[in-house]
Amino acid sequence: MTTTAPARLRAGWLAAGLGAVLVAALAGLALGPVRLSPAGVALQLLDLLPGVHVHSGLSPTEAAIVTQLRLPRVVLGLLVGATLSLAGGTYQGVFRNPLADPYLLGAAAGAGFGATVAIAVAHEALGGGRTAPGVPAAAFAGALVAVALTYALGASGGRYRTPATLILAGVAVTSFFTALQGFLQQRYVQEIREVYSWIMGRLTIAGWHDVWLLLPYTVGMAVVILAHRRELDVMSVGDEEAVSLGAHPQRTRIVLILTASLGTAAAVSVSGLIGFVGIIVPHTVRLMTGTSYRVILPLSMLFGGAFLALADLAARTLLAPNEVPIGVVTAFFGAPFFVVVLRTSRRMTS
Amino acid sequence: MSLEVREVSVSLDGHEIVRQVSLSVADGEWVTVIGPNGAGKSTLLRAVGGLVRWQGAIELFGRPAAALGRRERARLVAMVPQDPVVPPGMVVVEYVLLGRTPYIPPLGRESAADLAAVDAVLERLDLVGFAGRRLESLSGGERQRVFLARALAQGAKLLLLDEPTTALDIGHQQEVLELVDQLRRDAGLSVLATMHDLSIAGEYADRMVLLAGGRVVAAGPPREVLTQALLAEHYRARVRVIDGEHGPLVVPVR
Repeated sequence: MTTTAPARLRAGWLAAGLGAVLVAALAGLALGPVRLSPAGVALQLLDLLPGVHVHSGLSPTEAAIVTQLRLPRVVLGLLVGATLSLAGGTYQGVFRNPLADPYLLGAAAGAGFGATVAIAVAHEALGGGRTAPGVPAAAFAGALVAVALTYALGASGGRYRTPATLILAGVAVTSFFTALQGFLQQRYVQEIREVYSWIMGRLTIAGWHDVWLLLPYTVGMAVVILAHRRELDVMSVGDEEAVSLGAHPQRTRIVLILTASLGTAAAVSVSGLIGFVGIIVPHTVRLMTGTSYRVILPLSMLFGGAFLALADLAARTLLAPNEVPIGVVTAFFGAPFFVVVLRTSRRMTS
Repeated sequence: MSLEVREVSVSLDGHEIVRQVSLSVADGEWVTVIGPNGAGKSTLLRAVGGLVRWQGAIELFGRPAAALGRRERARLVAMVPQDPVVPPGMVVVEYVLLGRTPYIPPLGRESAADLAAVDAVLERLDLVGFAGRRLESLSGGERQRVFLARALAQGAKLLLLDEPTTALDIGHQQEVLELVDQLRRDAGLSVLATMHDLSIAGEYADRMVLLAGGRVVAAGPPREVLTQALLAEHYRARVRVIDGEHGPLVVPVR
């Protein structure tokens, strides 16, 4: 008698994911212009928990650096990384397309356009040299408008609509918003630096405000998507077979696309465009652990969060006191790492 | 009666592919639909499986199919498509578990009963040793057994097989069809299949339905359907029909 078991998130992998998050968080809190001991940082964190009082051995200034400056930024990195990785993994599942990323349906171009508009309007209204307010809100709105447009266009194919139609619509919408943004940028050449830094992604202005802004989206998105993770496995046999198995692939696809797009828009609005995370993290997890979305999605959140927190650490320490755009860091370290994983896993399975 | 199809028509893109087809499958019966390319065989099967819109009346085990929900229907009818999707990297046991989908609440997980059902199916189809293998690494015959296993895991009493043997060599064709035939006896399944190879089709079917241009042009025991006259008319084929032990043998001649 065999004992059949469904794909489960194994305790070992879960521990590895949580460990990665912990290591990334402690490193992000301890390292920087002022070096702190990881143990002291850990104790300081424990002290933050309600009902726990421990003495960390950090001076009040050092404690403030941890809790006021670094912690919100580290938490934001974890949240953005988790959101983008989960969205990317979800898109890859619903489109059955390994190249899908969170920006597939035009979220990035829409957000870029929205941010550029906000920066340009601020320039007109407030004069140059000021940081534009309202960029996150404008980016959020732009991302949602672009994804909605993509969906409307893709759906206008009527019953010929396939996931591929939607992806093509995403390509069209992306080009359109990129063109609009290019036009605006030409007219506001002076402001181009600000737009540019936004497009490359950054967590620099992170404060608790951004964390509170993003947190509900990340949590809500995770709840909805993780609840559908078995459905994603069923959808891997294609819509028609999924229907014959009693599933509702079209309905699930709509729910998951909307949810992932909303999460992506929220992440983009606080962090700018951070590439690479959403496509590479889920793939790396898939290569390491197998094909079931029940395992891929939760682990992508953990490893994606840890990866982005570490990338942000590198972004702010490599050329300190200057910052490297985090998008540059994610690609620079992520791409070779992915190649290594790709090669070793090929060897293991062949 | 497992299946009762009455005057069912299916239109795709404004073309009527299946026209006013009536047929039935009794409990435990094996009915095979034959016909030239484009006759509407697969479309008819997909209509029964609820995968295309149809007009007319379809009853599954006495219940109107139009009134069944997807999950209910999936517990009554299981389909093995002509060319099933092979999800990259998926292992056999995961794939067969997908067959339990109609029993698992939409946002829930497999119960012990679901796992036991899959165990039993793997055992029955001699797939225990393959449980951890990736589908891509299997041969055509092994893969066909895995496709069948997923359908059996659905626990449905009516099996729809669309060209179950096209990708297989003659030995594996017989192996798969013998297996289906045994399952039919052991588990009391009914089978509605489409097939191209007429001799093999005739040997396994209790009754056959010849479809041409979307209509039923002949139906009955293999000996009444596989005749030189009917095949010449509807397939435009020159054949000789020889009486065999388990049914007529159709031999193409020049």
